Amino acid sequence: MDITILIFLFGGLFLGWSLGANDAANVFGTAVGTRMVSFTSAAIICSVFVILGAIISGAGTTETLGKLGAINALPGAFAACVAAGISVYLMTKVGLPVSTTQAIVGAIVGWNLYTGSSTNIQVLVTILATWILCPIIAGVTAMGLFTFTKRFILNRKLHILRLDAYTRTALLLAGAFGAYSLGANNIANVMGVFVPISPFTDINISNLFIFSSKEQLFLLGGLAIAVGVFTYSKKVMYTVGNDLLKMSPVAAFIVVVSHSIVLFLFASQGISDFLQSINLPSIPLVPVSSSQAVVGGVIGIGLLKGGKEVQWSIAGRISLGWVMLPIIAAIVSLIVLFVLENIFNLQVSF
Amino acid sequence: MFGLKSASLFGDTKKLEREIDEFVDIVSEVGLVFKSIVPTYLNHSANGKFEEMVEKVKEMESKADKITKDVEHTLYEETLIPDARSDVLRLLEHIDELIGMYQGNCYHFSIQKPNFPKEFHQDLIELTETVVNCVESLCLTVRSFFRDIKSVRDNAHKVTFYEKESDIKFSSLARRIFDSELPLDQKMHLRYFVEKIDRICDQAEDIADEVQIYAIKRSV
Repeated sequence: MDITILIFLFGGLFLGWSLGANDAANVFGTAVGTRMVSFTSAAIICSVFVILGAIISGAGTTETLGKLGAINALPGAFAACVAAGISVYLMTKVGLPVSTTQAIVGAIVGWNLYTGSSTNIQVLVTILATWILCPIIAGVTAMGLFTFTKRFILNRKLHILRLDAYTRTALLLAGAFGAYSLGANNIANVMGVFVPISPFTDINISNLFIFSSKEQLFLLGGLAIAVGVFTYSKKVMYTVGNDLLKMSPVAAFIVVVSHSIVLFLFASQGISDFLQSINLPSIPLVPVSSSQAVVGGVIGIGLLKGGKEVQWSIAGRISLGWVMLPIIAAIVSLIVLFVLENIFNLQVSF
Repeated sequence: MFGLKSASLFGDTKKLEREIDEFVDIVSEVGLVFKSIVPTYLNHSANGKFEEMVEKVKEMESKADKITKDVEHTLYEETLIPDARSDVLRLLEHIDELIGMYQGNCYHFSIQKPNFPKEFHQDLIELTETVVNCVESLCLTVRSFFRDIKSVRDNAHKVTFYEKESDIKFSSLARRIFDSELPLDQKMHLRYFVEKIDRICDQAEDIADEVQIYAIKRSV
């Protein structure tokens, strides 16, 4: 493989790393923050299931992202990923939980603007609408699940220690589901732009199984996410788990489940097809923000408890970050593209 | 790896549940022994049995101490119930102090041998019974904290009720002692014992208040 291709792919891997550090932290943040699951267990489970989710179910959201803007040159894809990665890194430095989803969408729009390609407004509107819907759905799901679980626990009269053991196990399972959903939903952010220009070829394994070039890309992206989880997510996990709302372990579990359900909904081809088959509006397969899902879930539980315990100033700052991130990513994307084209003489589009 | 960890988690959980139940059982049993100790002491003819009962309380207190240490170690080593761990340990320590108060009373009876005239016997026995009922209600409060959080308030209310009863009985007995013709040194000596028994109720009520706060914190 050409070394330049590897260098360009590095942009996606950088974005994968930041996804592992930030978004993946959302999955286990509440579990690790409440000290119910150790960081090492969380990191191992998260990495394994993110990779599985990416390879098995990552295709749906990738297609949508491709429709937003089909970046057709490797340097262009590199620029979009680096721009998204830098934007996420900047926001993380400020201490705001953001998602690569918003960054990559901003970066793709930036590429469209720079190259004069048209932005599919319908897809963009769909993506933006899901960003508003995502925290709302997560919040409402968390409220419903929390009410049900609370009633169930009180009626079952579980011993505090047994409840603790069940909650730990449930957190691990929900975390695994969350990591799978994250991999399925968000791998498009990391590797989606490289799919049309994948440098890999399909590998036929003993005529039993074809490891497609797309799956190889997703595996690579998944590994980058895993590295992000192990190297940088610990601090973010504690921030997510403790800062916005002081949560009980059961509430932490509900947040993880709600987050995972939302991400799964927006990544599942099966659910989308099923809804369509019974003449219901299908769910768009869109990469949604795991940060938005988690924050939506936490606020949902906070509202259920009267809303007094929610740190609304922090929630406000986080929302501002969500609006700012795609704009910043688009601007950084324009700058990176300009640099690549004019200083390095690289062709960023065909 | 996670399967084994999970199996050990559930194993530790069951062991701890048993230990905590056993600990509360001891508190309850010490109370029942104490309820018999006072009439046994007052009945001078059965002093051998009295010392035997004091020894039994001592053994139970040592057992409770051992359980408290075991629970403390397991909770910290296995990082169980991280959100309620410090509350549970504080609770067990305070209940352990309650057992210590029972034991202290027994020792004081054994060493100082207060001379209660017959006219105060019934009042002293009734005060002791109220104190033991108060601690019994505390045991229910503690059990409900671990298993049935909704009942904590009801049981804690009973503790408060018995504590008030005990105060009334203590005041009445103390008044009767000081109104009697006994010499002042004996009056002071008897008052010391009555007051020490009544203090068990005060401690039980403090613990019940504590449990109510922990229950609010524990609310899912």
